[in-house]
Amino acid sequence: MSWAGPAEFFAMGGYAFYVWGSYGVAAVLIVAELWLLVTRRRTLLEQSRRSLDMGNDAE
Amino acid sequence: MPLNIWRFASPQPFYSLAGKLIPWFLVAAALLGAAGLYVGFFVAPTDAQQGDAYRIIFIHVAAAWMSMFIYTVMAFWCAVGLIVNTRLSFMMALGLAPTGALMTFIALWTGALWGKPTWGAWWVWDARLTSELILLFLYIGFMSLHAAIDDVRRADRAAALLALVGAINVPIIYFSVKWWNTLHQGASVSLTRAPSMARAMLLGMLLMALAAWMYSIAASLMRVRSLILERESDSDWVRTITRTGAFK
Repeated sequence: MSWAGPAEFFAMGGYAFYVWGSYGVAAVLIVAELWLLVTRRRTLLEQSRRSLDMGNDAE
Repeated sequence: MPLNIWRFASPQPFYSLAGKLIPWFLVAAALLGAAGLYVGFFVAPTDAQQGDAYRIIFIHVAAAWMSMFIYTVMAFWCAVGLIVNTRLSFMMALGLAPTGALMTFIALWTGALWGKPTWGAWWVWDARLTSELILLFLYIGFMSLHAAIDDVRRADRAAALLALVGAINVPIIYFSVKWWNTLHQGASVSLTRAPSMARAMLLGMLLMALAAWMYSIAASLMRVRSLILERESDSDWVRTITRTGAFK
């Protein structure tokens, strides 16, 4: 363990901006991608169900 | 009964197989990522020359490896699609592209944030950085070209051709640090010589690389499933899973 405490950990030896800027942006992008993927599938299934309902009404 | 793996080359069985696999890949990605971050931030010692700025390596190298590897796999599926003309191959390629572009962007972004404190510059036009930027443009070009052509089959083939031509860039990125005198350092890990870094650093890097693999597989499979739903929306089986609510 190379850290004396949380403050030292978050300071990253003076490189906090660079280190957390790297990991932070990467994390945000990954979460965003997963969210987009889940939303896209939900929307597709919703659309498919709606067009199916419309087809049934017409019959 | 012998298991016929070619069954999964058609969209419907692949859709359900992918649905079963995705949670496992996501769990593996989360566990490996957590282990990699733990090793990277709490086990690996502070670097004598770069201080703690070097800790960017754990995400940077994982994303950079992935960016090249995904492109290679994408080009492979494009070649298969063009040669054998299988529907799923093109969907695989299209499913990989955004995740590949994301990995490329992360590699460039973290590289800039690492370059500033260690080189004194966010960006230099060095061979490694430039060829990686070209990789990002190739991903974007692949997706834009595909999106610009209305006929899906023509879009698949045109984009596949672009991806194959662009594949020449991957070895250029990889060997750029050897072929040119770059500011970017040489390969961190090589099969032919002993690793040039502390064991814990290497372990953290490998764990993060594995996590990136698992994540990329999961994300691409999720995207392929949506592509299958889009392209097969008129088929009976998609209607059936929609009607029965079997959203698996």
